[in-house]
Amino acid sequence: MQRFSGFGLAKHALSHHENWQRMWRNPTPKKEYDVIIVGGGGHGLATAYYLAKEHGITNVAVIEKGWLGGGNTARNTTIVRSNYLWDEAAHLYEHSMKLWEGLSQDLNYNVMFSSRGVYHLCHTLHDLREGERLVHANLLNGIPNEMLDKDQVAREIPALNCGKNARYPVMGATVQRRGGVARHDAVAWGFARGADALGVDLIQQTEVIGFRQSNGVIEGVETTRGFIAAPVVGCVTAGNSGVMAQQAGFRLPLESHPLQALVSEPIKPVLDCVVMSNHVHGYVSQSDKGDLVIGAGIDGYNGYGQRGSYNTIEHTLSAIVEMFPVFSRVRMNRQWGGIVDTCPDACPIISATPVKGLFFNCGWGTGGFKATPGSGNVFAATLAKREAHPLAKPFSMDRFYSGALIDEHGAAGVAH
Amino acid sequence: MLHIYCPYCGENRDQDEFKAKGEAHISRPLDPMGCTDQQWGDYMFFRKNPRGVHHEMWYHVAGCRKFFNMTRDTVTYRIYETYKMGEQPSVTAESLAGGQS
Ligand SMILES: Cc1cc2nc3c(=O)[nH]c(=O)nc-3n(C[C@H](O)[C@H](O)[C@H](O)COP(=O)(O)OP(=O)(O)OC[C@H]3O[C@@H](n4cnc5c(N)ncnc54)[C@H](O)[C@@H]3O)c2cc1C
Ligand SMILES: [Zn+2]
Repeated sequence: MQRFSGFGLAKHALSHHENWQRMWRNPTPKKEYDVIIVGGGGHGLATAYYLAKEHGITNVAVIEKGWLGGGNTARNTTIVRSNYLWDEAAHLYEHSMKLWEGLSQDLNYNVMFSSRGVYHLCHTLHDLREGERLVHANLLNGIPNEMLDKDQVAREIPALNCGKNARYPVMGATVQRRGGVARHDAVAWGFARGADALGVDLIQQTEVIGFRQSNGVIEGVETTRGFIAAPVVGCVTAGNSGVMAQQAGFRLPLESHPLQALVSEPIKPVLDCVVMSNHVHGYVSQSDKGDLVIGAGIDGYNGYGQRGSYNTIEHTLSAIVEMFPVFSRVRMNRQWGGIVDTCPDACPIISATPVKGLFFNCGWGTGGFKATPGSGNVFAATLAKREAHPLAKPFSMDRFYSGALIDEHGAAGVAH
Repeated sequence: MLHIYCPYCGENRDQDEFKAKGEAHISRPLDPMGCTDQQWGDYMFFRKNPRGVHHEMWYHVAGCRKFFNMTRDTVTYRIYETYKMGEQPSVTAESLAGGQS
């Protein structure tokens, strides 16, 4: 692998940047692999990378029906944080946060992780109490999180309307200062490049259309380019996971919904942090290009069309303008949707399945981008040892039978 | 934006008046205490989530406040029919595959 550096940039300038190595190969699939990953989004690519890097398993294929990172990885609003309420979730997301903090160096690829702070606004007494509770739960888990009063919020986010005449006046906020945003594409590409360099085959434009099994044991996957064998298969297909489970012969506690985001025309720097509000339901940050990045809520109906309803956009923008009246005349440039796999307790499923050797990593719903490195890391360990990584154990799909749900609807409050 | 026909109001109304309520025709176990954990979990949490024809419940929340059912395609978002609670759909994945529409 050609390493990236400032020196390399200067050197390649001399040849007009025409001789950079390709970031990954475009291999023809082999007949057999040790592990097959279905789905080349951030989570699937991270899984492949850590399988090769930490477990020495390099005879691995990632099979992607479209192009690498073209699913929710490319469509999300890139908020990264780890301030979840319950121990199981907090530990999992914090594991991921620690990996984010060294990711660019580890991958030798700038994922532009920016710890610019994530604020959760409180508009009611109840919000304030929930905020306090969350902050203290996080502190007990060793995860820094702070509570701010209204004046501090107004000082730190000048563009925010903290006046008492707002319809839902801001009363305070929690802030996780290590949280922030990262560049979504770079995360997928960085993991892809790293995995490829370690020998992983990244196979694009190839759809998995079935799982071959005998006596309840996985033998491989049927694809649009024929059968490919493997004793271990990890399925990381986000919004399409329900369909994949059906192909394997079981159901998941998931429902797929469209989730939308939109970006505005680029404007001068006005917002240097991430602001979210569960109460009016909106979240916004400003990208390095200058556009406002705004996330909506999910559409209530099940849907696989990667677009959502206009009334959802309207509700979202009214929330944004409620928080930031100065944005009222900013024009929106683009809008799109992704299909998110929502789980009843707003937590992921990292799990063995009724088919031996077939594992699923899904249910990240509206908020799995932040978990990309951590999810890949624990799923790789799970596939390598064929038993759940300790951090993944509580996220088995058995919890929907045992009742040990991890209810993160509060901390996951808005769709992010 | 969907235009939804409420079978109780007998009118097409704007999507904003409705709330989607998930898979239809799930009946509560008659003897909950007699259910195994597996049966109860399946009833509570596990869903069909199909790519294509879906029978689902909707709630006319800003209208007559009644629940009703809908047959809708989850990819094209086309609504085939709406029907009252207790009624059965006349359009299904099978009937569509059989060439009727
Ligand atoms: C609008 C929006 C905003 C969001 N905002 C945030 C946020 O701010 N913060 C956050 O943490 N999360 C956010 N999320 C959620 C986040 O995007 C996802 O949880 C995360 O990206 C999921 O990653 P993934 O790799 O599992 O899925 P994906 O990137 O969707 O990858 C799954 C891949 O599987 C492939 N696939 C599916 N079926 C098959 C098949 N049969 N054969 C082969 N390949 C297949 C797909 O083509 C796709 O590339 C948001 C999501 C959306 C849609
Ligand atoms: Zn009605």
